[in-house]
Amino acid sequence: MASALFRLPDHQVDVLLAPYAAAARIRRMSTLLGVAALAVAIVLAGLMSEIKPANFLQNLHKFPDYIGRIFFLDDGRLVFADFGEWYWGLGKWLAKLGDTLLIAYLGTLMGAIGGFLLCFAASNNLTTSKTARFISRRFLEFFRTVPELVFALLFVVAFGLGPLPGVLAIFIHTMGALGKLFSEVVENIDMKTVDGALASGASRWQVIRFAVVPQILTNFISYALLRFEINVRGASVMGFVGAGGIGQDLIEAIRKYYYSDVSAILLLIIGCVMVIDVLTERIRHGLLSMERAT
Amino acid sequence: MNRSGPKHAMFSDLASVSARHAGLMKDSPRTRALVVTVVVLLTGLALFALLRLEFSLGRIGTGLAQLAHFISLMFPPSPGTQLSAFLTALGETVAIAFLGTLFAAICSFPIAFLASRNVMPVRVVQFMTRRFSDTIRGVDTLIWALIWINVVGLGPFAGVLAILTSDIGSFIKLFSEAVEAIDNKPREGVIASGGSDLHGVCFGIVPQVLPVLISQVLYYFESNTRSATIIGIVGAGGIGLHLAEMIRTYEWDQVSFIILMILITVAVIDLVSSRLRTAIIGKRTAAI
Repeated sequence: MASALFRLPDHQVDVLLAPYAAAARIRRMSTLLGVAALAVAIVLAGLMSEIKPANFLQNLHKFPDYIGRIFFLDDGRLVFADFGEWYWGLGKWLAKLGDTLLIAYLGTLMGAIGGFLLCFAASNNLTTSKTARFISRRFLEFFRTVPELVFALLFVVAFGLGPLPGVLAIFIHTMGALGKLFSEVVENIDMKTVDGALASGASRWQVIRFAVVPQILTNFISYALLRFEINVRGASVMGFVGAGGIGQDLIEAIRKYYYSDVSAILLLIIGCVMVIDVLTERIRHGLLSMERAT
Repeated sequence: MNRSGPKHAMFSDLASVSARHAGLMKDSPRTRALVVTVVVLLTGLALFALLRLEFSLGRIGTGLAQLAHFISLMFPPSPGTQLSAFLTALGETVAIAFLGTLFAAICSFPIAFLASRNVMPVRVVQFMTRRFSDTIRGVDTLIWALIWINVVGLGPFAGVLAILTSDIGSFIKLFSEAVEAIDNKPREGVIASGGSDLHGVCFGIVPQVLPVLISQVLYYFESNTRSATIIGIVGAGGIGLHLAEMIRTYEWDQVSFIILMILITVAVIDLVSSRLRTAIIGKRTAAI
């Protein structure tokens, strides 16, 4: 029952420690190298984006000033003092906010349908033709890499000002994003039901309807809801390029220094986004528990 | 013909099979009613939206014709005489995304612990930090860009600050969720062997969450490169300014050239960040 720790003589310990020290040194070197590379990248990027710390510090007080300023009415009172004055355009803004939600809704719905139609061609377990897969995948990639605002700019020129180009831009971008997510879901399904449907003589359409869709539907809906959440935010700035919704009023208020309007519209947007977040999360949790129950 | 025998036999049994497994063959009336209601509501809302947002086939038709015309003018893509200006702007875009993401990660790392239920004992602080991040996230990057332009003036710096601000909101949420999902045993071990609470966080939690955080930051770097391409539209630096200008002046070959440049840049950054991710955290699937 020796309770003291047995310790090797020093010369033996040194031999055993040497490889550890070497490994630790290599690790430390690579960490240092990484940090140095990061530092160089930061300096380069700082030069590139014209960062002037002195100028920044000098102007920094303007940020809290601005945030504070938007909570005061033109006559110098706090916005909360006179709700009617603060939200003088409530009816107009609520209508615009409703438009924004409708733009997001319609874009998401159309995008989800488009993504649904394309995802089967892009998944490697349901499509054997390599060309079909390649083409559909490149299409989806293009649609989701180009930012929706760029599509909106293009569509505003082609279709004219208004919510129509906004909806189309969100539709295209959502189709790309959801198509990819959907096809990943499809690639992870249990193929036994597909084999079963094929073995009993099902056509391609029947395979998808009876063997694939029941497995993926909850996942699809959950992703579409998540996308709707993102699209509400996206739709709120569509007005910046003339593609409808509340963004038009917001950019006007910011550019023309209607301070209290800025805070009024921003709070409307934030509140709306939060409500949508909570609602979609509820629905998604409900869907998940429904799936577990069956 | 020889195959039709057993097949026919199988289907002749169909009536009795469906009688025995009625629950499997048909949805309950309640489920069916629910599905029908949801579909009707969704379609109704879509139709209302189409009317309210003034969709018309005529407008879509002329628009598509216009669009087709523009696209035909986009080929072949050409930089015109501004190649070097475009390249500089593109570099600016990447720099904006890089700095914005990095600084946002650094700023939100300590705040995220305040927003985690298992680290922050004072519930009020935890709740307030979460709501703070929700508020910031509710405002789009582009709106932040407009606000920062009022503070630091036009230019890429406003873009960096815009991405920084809006990402702080996202990172606080993501980081604190990662912190809440940890295994608490290492932390208990550190505290049991005499460490303070701070030691518990530094040696029991940080090593667990760091790989997840780094992979999230890299993922955001890629997505921010895409956002950085558009903040130029409102004047906050980067390639977006040129893009908007080219679209408004109908220089379609240059528009397609810029879009091509953006696509290539995003693809390269995607590649680099996934390489970095595997180099830093080893080969495992990121927990995003």
